[in-house]
Amino acid sequence: MKSIFYVIVGLFFGFVLYKSEAASWFRIYEMFQFDSFHMYGIFGSTVVLGVIGIQWIKRKEVKAVDGNPIRIAPKDKGIVRYLVGGTLFGLGWALAGACPGPMFILAGAGYIPILVVIASAIAGTYVYGLLRNKLPH
Amino acid sequence: MNWIFEPWPWYVSGPLIALVMMTLLLAGKRFGMSSNLRTMCSALGAGKQAEFFRFDWKSQRWNLLVILGTAIGGFLASEFLTNDQGVQIAAASQEKLKTLGFASTGSAYLPDELFSTEALTNPQALLFLVLGGFLVGFGTRYAGGCTSGHAISGLSNLQWPSLIAVIGFFAGGLLMVHFIFPILF
Repeated sequence: MKSIFYVIVGLFFGFVLYKSEAASWFRIYEMFQFDSFHMYGIFGSTVVLGVIGIQWIKRKEVKAVDGNPIRIAPKDKGIVRYLVGGTLFGLGWALAGACPGPMFILAGAGYIPILVVIASAIAGTYVYGLLRNKLPH
Repeated sequence: MNWIFEPWPWYVSGPLIALVMMTLLLAGKRFGMSSNLRTMCSALGAGKQAEFFRFDWKSQRWNLLVILGTAIGGFLASEFLTNDQGVQIAAASQEKLKTLGFASTGSAYLPDELFSTEALTNPQALLFLVLGGFLVGFGTRYAGGCTSGHAISGLSNLQWPSLIAVIGFFAGGLLMVHFIFPILF
């Protein structure tokens, strides 16, 4: 039963991203050209509602369905890893036109070459894991 | 029901994505897609080579199910509930892409030049896919999150590190599109 719940959450997410074209390479390009409000509208409205939702969770001390308090662990402090890692991610995001969610949506939509992107992303994560102790964070 | 076949506007999809994040939080989980890449490495046995992959990956099974769901969602949306796959981006962007040689602009969901099955036999296109994917996978773990983890969850939680990461996402994206695309294409 629990498994089906997560599949349905993902299905809904994938459906929404596909239908709003956030999974389209073209929309990512357009966003980085500042030619349309579309992607900014998606991120902006998600984050505004997200801030309200998380404030609600914190102030009302809302509990998860399992009864445990919802605690969002703060990210580690630092600048280098976020700036450098973020920039590398951005370079790839604009080139492949897909981030880690949409990759799988597009695989489901039947684009065979996206499997190359997924395999390379797994390889990229693997190489990060190998080099992690040698990189500045 | 015609609306379902049309592209959805931002003010419909933005709130629905916030709903997905909230649903996962209330289920006691976190909204973050790129963690799955690490989980997959671990499941493939990468723990033998690096400590980073030594964790109980089965505890992350729920997130793999989410990603499985997204693939099903993509299948249903593209196969049955979209009439015209052509993404109508702004005219100015279409112009620029046509100049770069992307003839499929406006008539496809993804550019044929990179994502048609024939493109797999083009070494240059293949190289771009490998490079793009690798940078996403490497960068996301280095930065500790991707679009869902930092740009959505992190900013919603008003975390400074996520803002820095998002600035990085944009710096990289702008660099690629404005300075590297003219060299690559």
